[in-house]
Amino acid sequence: MKSELVKKKVKKIKINLDKCIGCRACELVCSAIHAKPKYSSTNPARSRIRVVMDVFKDAYVPIIAAEYSKAACVGRNDYTINGKTYSECSFCGASCPTRELFREPDSGLPLKCDLCESESGPMCVKVCTANALVYEEREVEVKDEVKYKVKELSDMELGLKSLVDRYGSQKIVDTMVRMIKKE
Amino acid sequence: MRYAETGYNLEIDLSTGNIERVETDPGLTELHLGGHGTAAKIMWDRVPPEVEAFSPENLLIFSSGLLDGTPVIGANRCTVTTIAPHTNLHAHSNMGGYFGPELKFAGYDKIIFRGKSPKLVYLWIHNDKVEIRDASHLQGKGAMETQIILQEELPGAQVAAIGLAGENRVYISSIEHYSTAAARLVAPVMGDKMLKAIAVRGTKDINIARPAELWQLCNSKYQEIYDNPVAGDTMYNDVEADAFHTDNFAWGNARTRRKGFWAGVNDEWVALADNLRMRWTGCYNCPKNCHQAVSVPGRPNYFVKCFRRFTYAMGAYEDLMFNYDILGLTQEYGLDAFATPQVLAFAIELYEAGILTDEDLPDFPSDGAGRFYYLLEKVVRREGIGDALANGVYRAARQIGKGAEEFDHNTIKKVEQIPMKLSMINYAFFLMLSTGEKTNITQIEGSYPQEPEPDLEKRKELVDGWEAAPERFKEYFMKWEPRQEFSIEEATNIVDWNETMHYIDDAIGTCAFLCSFRGQFGQRPPYHIYNLSNFISPATGLDLDPDKLWKIARRNRNLVRAFNIRRGLRRIDEAPPADHWKHRNPEKEQACLDAYYELKGWTNDGIPTKETLHELGLDYVIEDFIQRGIFTAD
Repeated sequence: MKSELVKKKVKKIKINLDKCIGCRACELVCSAIHAKPKYSSTNPARSRIRVVMDVFKDAYVPIIAAEYSKAACVGRNDYTINGKTYSECSFCGASCPTRELFREPDSGLPLKCDLCESESGPMCVKVCTANALVYEEREVEVKDEVKYKVKELSDMELGLKSLVDRYGSQKIVDTMVRMIKKE
Repeated sequence: MRYAETGYNLEIDLSTGNIERVETDPGLTELHLGGHGTAAKIMWDRVPPEVEAFSPENLLIFSSGLLDGTPVIGANRCTVTTIAPHTNLHAHSNMGGYFGPELKFAGYDKIIFRGKSPKLVYLWIHNDKVEIRDASHLQGKGAMETQIILQEELPGAQVAAIGLAGENRVYISSIEHYSTAAARLVAPVMGDKMLKAIAVRGTKDINIARPAELWQLCNSKYQEIYDNPVAGDTMYNDVEADAFHTDNFAWGNARTRRKGFWAGVNDEWVALADNLRMRWTGCYNCPKNCHQAVSVPGRPNYFVKCFRRFTYAMGAYEDLMFNYDILGLTQEYGLDAFATPQVLAFAIELYEAGILTDEDLPDFPSDGAGRFYYLLEKVVRREGIGDALANGVYRAARQIGKGAEEFDHNTIKKVEQIPMKLSMINYAFFLMLSTGEKTNITQIEGSYPQEPEPDLEKRKELVDGWEAAPERFKEYFMKWEPRQEFSIEEATNIVDWNETMHYIDDAIGTCAFLCSFRGQFGQRPPYHIYNLSNFISPATGLDLDPDKLWKIARRNRNLVRAFNIRRGLRRIDEAPPADHWKHRNPEKEQACLDAYYELKGWTNDGIPTKETLHELGLDYVIEDFIQRGIFTAD
């Protein structure tokens, strides 16, 4: 079957490792913009972008929170950069149960970059005066059958999904019912 | 809820191993802000004058700035406060990087160490989990090496560490953290307490009192600060600034100025610096990339900034490659790059004068570089004559004797100074060098320009947009012609303003390169007395304005002064090196000192008066001074 070509908007943040100066302003503004109420707190551990750094080896790698994963993956490759070996996990953006990265420090719920949908563009890019982060929007043509993709999950849906993965949906429903009754 | 600050300090007794998390009094934040200000209050309350630097009762306080970790750009400094062994007075040194903010994210404003550990330890803070851990595997390790080892063991930790020099209580040692160091006076106390390092990791929130208001102010400032040519260390990548250092500062043991030196090495030295540099880097939440990471063959990677690139070369009359090479060693040993070259150059002078002999320095090399490497090893290990030299120029001179005192010509209050030897006296600098409690001119000068502007039109332009300056300084500047001396009124007021700005920076954690140190080069610092309260108030919820801020800085300044007065500091101790200027005017100098003390509200002996202390709410100091006989009861 012949599929139609359709236009699709691709949004992404391009990262130039060589330009990063390690100021971590990206982490700070990300955590502030997603704080509730907005800007009310800062905390890099809540940021959806983290700069993985090994300063004495001159490694500065901003990583952006990507998909939530309910289980560890099979990634087992090692990378050697400037004489230091990193596991494949070191630069992975997934919110995954094997590590603390990109999970809320209190609840353990997953964090995912939303490209600051509430703003006029990703804030981490705006404060990156070194231009290590550059926002890019472009149209690409994709085959009709791949244009789809499930709608991006909201923060709450993502959190609920991870709770369902951990406890099962029945337990979540039971708990919600109990809580509503109490209220 | 506490805003900007966490409201908790960590109290660590290294003698007993006791660890406590102690809630702080929000009233003290109103009076002193935080950082160095509240540390001064703790030192006053808890460290009586009988306590010496190496007494277990001496405190070693790591204070994050009040605004560290908030959206305020460039607020990341961590101040270390203690009594220094050099001076037996209040000591203050601060570092940038990530340490201060990380401490806040772990839930603490300060770490207060007391006591002395029976064996070498490090402190590990991970939010509420705080442990004193054995550091025997780190004994003798380099300051950079220690950071690397602890980060392997404790992923995500920020580490501040001493090297071998600090472990051996070398007075000119430093506390190192990445690209930055608390380099002056404080590290030997860390070594004495047997504390090798502090590793901290935090994942907690810092709360903001009026979030939207603060955000709006800060968010627009990233590009502004990035673009501001006087913000940051403007000397970091500027050939003219390099020439300023090599041609104007004195080489050797602060002896020889080499006018025109830079022109002869410009091409070669710039090419070398470019070749060794891996990257320009910044500190936490600041767009300025003032530091350079360098990779020198045969040495571990390290960071340099500004004048540190030349101090060893100039001390030893050597070249830039020598400087980069020896920094690879001294950064690991953890040494102050300002004081150390002067100590080594001083030893060479003593040898050449026959005061130190081949008996003191067997097989002493004949070249400057060889001699520096040789002496360095002796100093950091306190071997032989290195044991005296490790105590700094002032004390070493007196221990060695035989006329060595004559060669101690560049110290103030027993602390090595920047090797500046000039012709005409500048009375503002006379006062800052003499009276500064921080014993380092870069921590005192900075708001008022160093040079007049000869062109009247340009002068007007500068004054027109000079938002940072209170009115009287605009008048002074308009009248200031080249080669014109400051009047007494001008000198005293300039000093007062300069040091006030540093006391604010040191309390809130903003970098001097964005505020107190930058006004003197271009008059357009991003932060100044008239806009800082706009940041501090919404971050903290404190009700501040420029006048209130100035008063807090005065309070902190007077409290540090009172602490030192209680320890014996008097007018007689307040003098610059005798040869700092070729042409002196003792009469006007002393008149300046009289006027400065008067402006400060101090007696003619430099002691804050009862009226001054009372006005600043420091009545408890009055009580103490009466009890100790410094004041009479009436």
